[in-house]
Amino acid sequence: MHIVVPVKLVPDLVEELVIDPSGTALDPDTVRLQLNEFDGHAIEQAILLKERGGGHVTVLAPDLEGVDDVLYTAAAKGADRLIKLCDSFGQAVNNHAMARAVAEVIKPLQPDLVLTGVQSHSDLDGSMGPLLAGYLGLPYVGYVAGVTIGAGHATVRKEYPGGLAAELDVVLPAVLGIQAADQPPRYVAFSRIRQAMKTATIEEQTVAMLDTGGGPAVARMYKPEVAARATMLDGKPDEVADKLVALFREMGVL
Amino acid sequence: MSQDIYVVIEHLRGQIADISYVLCAAARQLAAASGGQVVGVLLGHNVQNLAQDVAVDRLLVMDDPRLADFIPDVYQQALAGLIGAQAPRVVLFGDTSIGAELAGGLSVQLGWPLVSYCRSVRTDDGRLMYISQLCGGKVMAEGEIPAPHALVAMVPGGFQAEQGKGTQPPPVETVAPAAPAGGRITLKQYIEPESGDVDISKEAILVSVGRGIQNADNIEMVRELAEAMGGVVSASRPVVDQGWLPTTRLVGKSGKRVKPRLYLALGISGAPEHAEAITDSQTIIAVNTDASAPIFDIARYGTTLDLFELVPVLTEKVRQAKH
Repeated sequence: MHIVVPVKLVPDLVEELVIDPSGTALDPDTVRLQLNEFDGHAIEQAILLKERGGGHVTVLAPDLEGVDDVLYTAAAKGADRLIKLCDSFGQAVNNHAMARAVAEVIKPLQPDLVLTGVQSHSDLDGSMGPLLAGYLGLPYVGYVAGVTIGAGHATVRKEYPGGLAAELDVVLPAVLGIQAADQPPRYVAFSRIRQAMKTATIEEQTVAMLDTGGGPAVARMYKPEVAARATMLDGKPDEVADKLVALFREMGVL
Repeated sequence: MSQDIYVVIEHLRGQIADISYVLCAAARQLAAASGGQVVGVLLGHNVQNLAQDVAVDRLLVMDDPRLADFIPDVYQQALAGLIGAQAPRVVLFGDTSIGAELAGGLSVQLGWPLVSYCRSVRTDDGRLMYISQLCGGKVMAEGEIPAPHALVAMVPGGFQAEQGKGTQPPPVETVAPAAPAGGRITLKQYIEPESGDVDISKEAILVSVGRGIQNADNIEMVRELAEAMGGVVSASRPVVDQGWLPTTRLVGKSGKRVKPRLYLALGISGAPEHAEAITDSQTIIAVNTDASAPIFDIARYGTTLDLFELVPVLTEKVRQAKH
C-alpha cells in the first residue's frame, strides 16, 4: 500500500492578517505559514493505515517557509519519503495550479491512495482533493472521518450535516479528503523531529510552470466590516463573573 | 450557451437542504443582471414533488434509480452531461459535503473555473461579482465571476433561506440522465447519528468549548460550570476531532445547528461554519483571549479574559447565586 499525502501550508490565523498595498492579497511578509490543519489529519490517517496494514507513506509539500519542519515532523511520525516541490510559489498560486503540479509529481509514484485534508481556509478556487482527483482521473470522496483498507478498495465514512454519515466503498487507487483521522494527530517530541532531521532526506522536485487557470481573479481583498461588535465586559475575573451572573439573571437563565 | 443561472438543489434523505434556498436567492440576483433564468437542477429518484418551494423559474429533474443516493462519481457524470450541453452562465452549488466535491470535480472535467467559499454575490455594471470569505472569515475576497462560464460553491450567511423560497411550485421538465457512469464508488449503508446522548439542538443553555480549552482534562471544569447553570456542554470541531467530546455535542457543519437562550462560547474563534450554526441563539456570550476573534462579531457580550481564570470563579458565583 503506497499512500501519498500532498499537503498545503496556509496562513496561521492566530497572527494578525495584513492586506498588501495592492489590496488584492495578503501581505506575504506578515503571514506566518503553518501546516493546514486537515492535512495534519491526512498525514495521521496515512500513518495509522501504514501501522495497521503495512505500507509506505510519501508526503509532498510546496517549498514555502517552514516546509522543512513540516516534512521532518511527518518523518518523525512515520512518513517514509519526503518530497519538496520547488518553484517560486507566490500568492498567485491557486489550488488549480497546485493540483496540476502535484498531479504530475504523483502520477509516476503510482500510489494506491492519495490523502488530502478535506479543505483549507484559503481555498478560493476549491479544495485540493477533488481537483487533484480530476487531474489524476481517480475517484474522490471528501468529508471522510474513518478509513479502512480492503482488497482493492477502501471503506470510508463520509460525514453529512446533522451527524449523519454514509459508509462508502471506493475502488483504489483513489483520492480521499480527510475531515478527521481515526485518531487525533499524534504529538511527537522535538527530540524525535531533530533525529529525523539527521536521518531523513528531503528530495527536491522542480515542478513545471504553474498555470493559475481555473481560479477567479481577486479584485479586492479586505477585512469584513462588522455590523455590531460584542459589548466587552472589562475587569478582573471576579468582576466579570459578577457582570455575567447579572446578565444571566436578566436573561432569566439563572 | 445561455445566460441562465443554474442551481444544483441539494437534498439528503427526502429533505431539501437549507443551502439550496440560499443558492436560489443568490441566483435570482445574478439572473437579474445576466438576463437569464434561474434554473433548478434536481437529481434523485422519486423526487418529482420534492422541490415544490424552491424559487426557480423552472426545475430540471433527473430521476433515476441510480441517483437515489448521493454517489459522488455518479452525480458528477450526470451533471457533467447536463451542464456541458446546456452551458449556463453560472452553476451554483452548496460548499458542503455534497456540493464541494461535485463542483471541484466538474471544474476539472468541464474546464470551467471555480469560486469557493462564496458568501454573497452582487452585480456591478452588469458584471457578476463573487464575495468569498477566506481565512476562517477574517478576510473577504471579491472579484468577477469568470466568464463565459463558472461554477460557484456557496457557504451560508449572505442570504436568508427564506429569500429563496417560492410561493408556487416551479414548472418541471424531466431530463433523462445520460447513462450515469461511475461504479467506482458504492454506498454500503447510512450510519445514523449516535443517540442516547442529550440533543444539543433542544437545550436552553449551552456552554460550548473550542480549541482554547487546550486539552481533555480541562473539559471537566467546563462541565462543572454547565452543570451549575443547568445547561450542557457542546463543542466546536477541533474539540470533537481530538476526541475530547463525542460528535453528538458538535455544533457546526457536520454537527448540529443550535438555538439556545444562552450560548456561552469558551475559547471558540467563531469560524464561519460554527458561527452560522449558532446564529439562532438568543444571546451569545464569548470568552476568548484573541480580541480579533470573529466570535465577537456575532456575540452580544464578550470578554478577553483567560477562560481558565474566569470559569472557576464564574462557576462559584453561579452556585452562590442559586442559593
